[in-house]
Amino acid sequence: MSNEQKVIIFQLKDEEYAVPVQEVKSIERMQHITRIPRTVPFVKGVINLRGVVTPIIDLRLRFDIEESEYADTTRIIIVSVGTIEAGLIVDAANDVIDLETDSIEPPPEVVGGVDAEYIQGVAKIEKRLLILLNLTKVLNPEKLGALQPVENGK
Amino acid sequence: MEMTQYLDIFIDESKEHLQAINQQVLLLEKSPEELSIVNEIFRSAHTLKGMSATMGYEDLASLTHCMENVLDAIRNKKITVTTAVLDVLFASLDHLEAMVLEISEGGSGKRDVSQTVKNLEALEKGEEVSSTSPQAKKPTELSQSYDQYEKQIILQSKEQGFQAYELSISLRKDCILKAARVYMVFEVIEQIGEIIKSMPSVDMLEAEQFETDFKLSILTKEPGEEVKERILKVSEVDVVVVSEIDAEKMTDNTQMESEQSLKSNPETNVAKKEDASVNGAGSSAAGKTIRVNIERLDQLMNLFEELVIDRGRLEEISKMLKSSELNETVERMSRVSGDLQNIILTMRMVPVEQVFNRFPRMVRGLAKDLGKKVNLEIVGAETELDRTVIDEIGDPLVHLLRNSIDHGIEKPSVRSNSGKVETGTIYLRAYHSGNHVFIEIEDDGAGINRQKVVEKALENGIITKEMSENLTDKQCFELLFASGFSTAEVISDISGRGVGLDVVKNKIESLGGSISVDSTAGFGTIFSIQLPLTLSIMSVMLVEVQKEKYAIPLSSIIETAIIKKEEILSAHNQKVMDFRGKVVPLVFMKEIFEVPSAVEASEYVPVVVVRKGDKMAALVVDSFIGQQEIVLKSLGQYLSSVFAISGATILGDGQVALILDCNALIK
Repeated sequence: MSNEQKVIIFQLKDEEYAVPVQEVKSIERMQHITRIPRTVPFVKGVINLRGVVTPIIDLRLRFDIEESEYADTTRIIIVSVGTIEAGLIVDAANDVIDLETDSIEPPPEVVGGVDAEYIQGVAKIEKRLLILLNLTKVLNPEKLGALQPVENGK
Repeated sequence: MEMTQYLDIFIDESKEHLQAINQQVLLLEKSPEELSIVNEIFRSAHTLKGMSATMGYEDLASLTHCMENVLDAIRNKKITVTTAVLDVLFASLDHLEAMVLEISEGGSGKRDVSQTVKNLEALEKGEEVSSTSPQAKKPTELSQSYDQYEKQIILQSKEQGFQAYELSISLRKDCILKAARVYMVFEVIEQIGEIIKSMPSVDMLEAEQFETDFKLSILTKEPGEEVKERILKVSEVDVVVVSEIDAEKMTDNTQMESEQSLKSNPETNVAKKEDASVNGAGSSAAGKTIRVNIERLDQLMNLFEELVIDRGRLEEISKMLKSSELNETVERMSRVSGDLQNIILTMRMVPVEQVFNRFPRMVRGLAKDLGKKVNLEIVGAETELDRTVIDEIGDPLVHLLRNSIDHGIEKPSVRSNSGKVETGTIYLRAYHSGNHVFIEIEDDGAGINRQKVVEKALENGIITKEMSENLTDKQCFELLFASGFSTAEVISDISGRGVGLDVVKNKIESLGGSISVDSTAGFGTIFSIQLPLTLSIMSVMLVEVQKEKYAIPLSSIIETAIIKKEEILSAHNQKVMDFRGKVVPLVFMKEIFEVPSAVEASEYVPVVVVRKGDKMAALVVDSFIGQQEIVLKSLGQYLSSVFAISGATILGDGQVALILDCNALIK
């Protein structure tokens, strides 16, 4: 029994976030993104990820943090949750660390402007505060439907 | 025995033989005198018998054996082909199909076929079958048979003061939850005694695979009247007949059964020996084919798709490098891969015959149930379609055919009153046209009652009163595809539960096709389905809108043109253009797709004229790139409903281009 969890740490504005490594498929540099017209602003478009068309989400816009220019450190973290695969644009991908499961605390009401519903927990390591994301919630396609009429047969 | 490795082959071949028999029996119905057809059936039945005996499926073998006897008698002109004979043959085929299905699902292939076997034997001896059709037989007429073990139980329990009864229970015809009623009946009986046998089997009862009657054999200490009273208390039970089981009758039945099995056994052994020679003769007739798992073909296709993408990339590089040698090689490679693509695509193509084959049988059965006379004419069964489409198209077609028979074709009396021939005709047509395959289902029935459709749509709140007044015929018929719509006055189990046509439409659209309906009152209705030839590779026109590239499917493009700015006219705030004498609305892609401006507008405006059905629109773009074969990729589940985009593709430079869904752009 291991009570450690490997997480990938990335940065958005001033906060540090973490996602479990099992949910991350790869980390890519910025590349050409094909814009998809008439969709929600946080969906930046799609990229060709080794032959697979993958949707890209700007995590800053997703969490209502002001947009910024993409820089050299900007990365796309390709995540896969359930049947959904998508890329998340983040300011920088810093690090992989082992996180003690005990050090994860339930989310406080509001953290850094991100709605608590997307947060699985908060972990404090030395002086860093890591926000563990609930990717299932972040990648919920229903959030797309709220802004446009969904004409899905199913 | 090591049989599992042959099981797949056995199942495949059995299905083929059953299909062949099915077809031939249908033919036989049309020309009962044709002995060559009987020979065909005999041969297939015989092979099937040999195969199943070798595989150890005795029930299957013995039933085919009885069928064979009947066929032999027909061949030797001992009996003539009548409807009764055909009905029994069809019933046996049903059993055989069910058995093979069970085997393919891992079952043992056992099934109670005694009644059909009895009928077949009666036929063979030249007797009339007791009931005209096996489906119509009332289980109340026949007594259950008991095997040795059950007999033992009955006799033993009798010594302990239990009495064995046979119950025939009929549920009300309009009973909806039959399985639930059966369960309640069982519950009641279990309070007072024990159930030792049920007919049909408990599994079938639970699956509601019975009409309204079923039979139970029970042991109880209560008197028969009391049992009857209790069961009648369960709601929706119509009639209960209670009869005592006496030992003598039972002995008779068991004897008969053992005789039967004795009779069939030695002959199945003979079949094994004959088998080899028949197989030898059969294989020469069949073409040289091998079975390939569809999964492997899919893999091949996927790999090929990757190759097509790389080919595009190579083409672009060679253009950039301008080396003639490289150019030549790349061109050659393009040609070869083009041929390869054709072969792979045709490999996946199968004739629609595969789907159409089961329809004549179904139509016959349905027409009979409904008391209608229907003739099904199939045209173009050799038309080929992608395997994936074939797999999916069956159910929608079944639905449409059922619809035509149930709602379209009138009863013979009604037909003769309105001056038509009594037998209605349904045409099932398939043909190629361009990159599409069309399937049409046309009947010469009553046509769609416009008034009734409108009323129903109003009633169900699909349209409003105002809308109903301005409906064109076409729009009116489209209402049939709206969800929550059913025009049948009486809901029958054949069609008309109101979940029908909208499901059909969804299915066909999910295959990238479309469906339309046209009808003339009094003369019939025609449903036509348009399907893409293949699902994964398509020809598109690449265009540029500002700096973004989009792909427009060639199938929806009528023409491309470059018009002058002055030629853009305005009508009611809508920009239009004149296209060969027709006024076509312009769709400014840049505005619709909110494309960021990057290019100065020029004097000349390139437009792509696209169509949806008979409506047209002209898409205004900024430049044409050219025609290309692309591999269709989905946008993934996360972006399953994007406006006017049907998918994406990867271009030669590695970038993603979106594929337009012209249907969404034309209202």
